[in-house]
Amino acid sequence: MSNVSLNERLYRSLYRIRRVEETIAAIYSTDKIKSPVHLSIGQEAVAVGVCEALKPNDVVFGTYRSHAAYLAKGGDLKRMIAELYGKVTGCAKGKGGSMHLVDVAHGVMGASAVVGTTIANAVGYAYALKLRRKDSVVVSFFGDGGTDEGVFHESMNFAALKNLPIVFICENNYYAIHTHLLKRHKDANLCERARSYGMAAEQLRNNDVFQIYERVRAALDDIRLRHGGPFFFECPTYRLKEHVGPGDDFHLGYRTALEADPWIKNDPVKRLAEMIEHPRRRQIEEETEAEIRAAFAFAEESPFPEAEELFTDI
Amino acid sequence: MERLLSYVDAIREATDQEMERDPSVVVFGLDVDDPKAIQGTTRGLVEKYGPERVFGTPLSEDGMTGVAIGMAFAGLRPIHIHIRMDFLMLAMNQLINVAAKSRYMYGGQLQVPIVVRSMIGKSWGQGAQHSQGLYSFFMHVPGLKVVAPTTPYDAKGCLIQAIRDNDPVMYVEHRILHFQKGPVPEASYVVTPGRGRITAEGSDVTLVGISHMQIECLRARRYLESVGIDAEVIDPVWLSPLDIDTIAASARKTGRLCVVDNGWTTCGAGAEIITQVTEALQGITGLRVRRLGFALTTCPPTPPLEDLYYPNGRAIASAVYDLVKENEDRWLPDERTDLQEIEFKGPF
Repeated sequence: MSNVSLNERLYRSLYRIRRVEETIAAIYSTDKIKSPVHLSIGQEAVAVGVCEALKPNDVVFGTYRSHAAYLAKGGDLKRMIAELYGKVTGCAKGKGGSMHLVDVAHGVMGASAVVGTTIANAVGYAYALKLRRKDSVVVSFFGDGGTDEGVFHESMNFAALKNLPIVFICENNYYAIHTHLLKRHKDANLCERARSYGMAAEQLRNNDVFQIYERVRAALDDIRLRHGGPFFFECPTYRLKEHVGPGDDFHLGYRTALEADPWIKNDPVKRLAEMIEHPRRRQIEEETEAEIRAAFAFAEESPFPEAEELFTDI
Repeated sequence: MERLLSYVDAIREATDQEMERDPSVVVFGLDVDDPKAIQGTTRGLVEKYGPERVFGTPLSEDGMTGVAIGMAFAGLRPIHIHIRMDFLMLAMNQLINVAAKSRYMYGGQLQVPIVVRSMIGKSWGQGAQHSQGLYSFFMHVPGLKVVAPTTPYDAKGCLIQAIRDNDPVMYVEHRILHFQKGPVPEASYVVTPGRGRITAEGSDVTLVGISHMQIECLRARRYLESVGIDAEVIDPVWLSPLDIDTIAASARKTGRLCVVDNGWTTCGAGAEIITQVTEALQGITGLRVRRLGFALTTCPPTPPLEDLYYPNGRAIASAVYDLVKENEDRWLPDERTDLQEIEFKGPF
């Protein structure tokens, strides 16, 4: 694969996620989406870089802020938007919402509203893969807030103990809702913490989608070829929107716009855009815009669930 | 001749047969592969099926419950074992927020076929945190099945059903019931969810005994015979789904219903059973009801207080006598040695 095609794939994925979420934010005030949305805007490079390294049979587990991971892994866009609209054509028939996106056929194994919860589920999935001698690998996405939870530590310990085929991706955006990592931990060296459980750990700085892709791909190769694993990557990144909802929140005072500046200047969507020749770039953008328009139209036109759906799949 | 098996061996046999039949069944929990083998219920399994399918775990109830769920997402059928039910309090997030809800909140794309075995302790100083019967917590939540088998027959059949079931099943044992012996067919069989059993027929009062309290209800029935009261005794076996039809039909026949819970009465299984029966029968009978259960306090280890804490055959008979006679005579039968509880020697 040439670098041109890699750049284009990464740009298409980054642009697509950004524009999907900007569209969600733009229509949010209409109340057509009655679902608390935790937007990934600013953080897309982590999910895109990681998922670019994955194979179709690999699986990911996410968090309530997982629009990016869902889309980057290949989750169906139409069914995602329909899910946000509460429509029966949604990925969970309107019974999951934004915080519980799922697409098993494409390896998106769900997401939890309760912080850290899916880390253990991802580890269990990896145990099953190892038991059955499968070639696939699990990626567990979680935020820096997830590392506060007991389940993170229990899961890391067990994954290391059993040498499981799993890659832990900590999307460190520094804030659990509005509270900074350094207000929650005396020592915020997350990689050191991971190493203490007996696994390799590395910090991938600067929202660099290429570095994330390359380092995760190397880890996956090590797992597949040498039964290495688990691996832990801390990916510092930055949430540009409020914790939940479509707006900005710098006015709240818990963080400053100044702090966000370097992240905005280094926005991976912009960086990648500059690396693509203009006609090709416009083509990617137009195709993506058409896909997004079609997905929102699909959601608009889809029916709500019938009453009997209340008691289906209990 | 009927084959007699202990409750422990019935569990062990059910597990062994299912592991042999289905390679997706795995067993884990603290100490499942140690020399004591969970009172013997996992004896020989690691030798037969290997340490990948049978393994002891770190002391991580929360994490390992999440691991079980992830295994189930991937198609395994894990059995996660807890030597006391009290430890399940560390696993509530995974059980309630993930196991119970996944099929629904993922629109049917995922399911969680896990079995969570846990044991209620009693006597020899089990005390505050080794004695709780907390199954009503799980009955409260849609998406979980709850079963509390009393006999070795049901211990085997319910466990096989639980393993094959595509729902998460909370499988509740009682430490004293481990000593029960009874007829158990060698061939594999299942006990269907949502079906209770009439364990003794009678006409004057319906006694529902849950888990170990089933044994005490059968003892109470014997005491009541001596004063001419004929009690019908029901073992619900499955607490969720609950066989309310069998209980309601019996209560309609006898006009009196006493539920003896192996836990506290407040918001308990007994409260739920009596409410459902009352709803089903309202306007039809002048049903009289009574709940019995643990004293509304923390379980004390010292024997004289512990004796007061738990209902037993005599105390149940006394309460039922008043329910039937519609008075408060507080009749108490003399203790009969043939109706005493086995003496549990401990330490565990």
